[in-house]
Amino acid sequence: MNNKVAVYRHEHFNAAHRLNNPNWSAEKNATIFGKCNNPNYHGHNYELIVKVTGTPDEETGYVIDMKVLSDIISDNVTKRFDHKNLNLDTQEFQDLNPTAENISIVIYDILRAKIDQALDLQVRLYETERNFVEYPA
Amino acid sequence: MVYLTRLEHFNAAHKLYNPKWSRERNEEVFGVCANENWHGHNFNLFVTIKGEVNPETGFLFDVKKLSKIMKQHVIEKLDHKNLNVDVDFLQGKMCSTEVLAMEIWNQLKPHLPENVQLHCIKLYETPRIFVEYFG
Repeated sequence: MNNKVAVYRHEHFNAAHRLNNPNWSAEKNATIFGKCNNPNYHGHNYELIVKVTGTPDEETGYVIDMKVLSDIISDNVTKRFDHKNLNLDTQEFQDLNPTAENISIVIYDILRAKIDQALDLQVRLYETERNFVEYPA
Repeated sequence: MVYLTRLEHFNAAHKLYNPKWSRERNEEVFGVCANENWHGHNFNLFVTIKGEVNPETGFLFDVKKLSKIMKQHVIEKLDHKNLNVDVDFLQGKMCSTEVLAMEIWNQLKPHLPENVQLHCIKLYETPRIFVEYFG
């Protein structure tokens, strides 16, 4: 019998970014990324849903203590990205285009290192109410 | 009297920063919102108009026309823009949600016909924060 349960924590952060490939001309960037390439940046309310899957601990009944999960996300993701410019203010996107896809991979890698390897992890990131990504797919 | 509301949305960067103040004072008053390199939001804009229904059409106002006015005079100027830098009607103004709602009112009002009154600009900065302006 499979006793695995998925638990989810929903957090959010607000950030500015722009999509730009420094190896391309300004014209090519404008063609490919359109208004997302605006040199003065634009921004989003990002909604982050972190899914942790595992078997509930026999003694606590928890897959993971939600307060602990919340603190891990807050200390390592939200505080790092909230009210920041992803291109300018973060180490992670100095050489990486901050698309929703890449942001989800970065957040997964940050959290994966902090959460028990016996637990499965997946992140879902909403860039807008209508656009969202999941990693790993 | 009938009230009619149209929802549009735009995504933009901004910062809350008073250039007459020191950096320290800005950070003290505006906290993380003063981040020099900007941050951003998905804004949701609800525009409510009011008036009497035309008996021939059943409409207060053609909502498609309201949408076009909002897009042409507001959304196209704000979407994927930096509110502090890129927007003509916000030059020299504080880019708080309150001021933005009031300036959106000023952009829309001249483009509505005489029999249609602007009633309310409701602007969501996040799902949890919004302002209303009634002119």
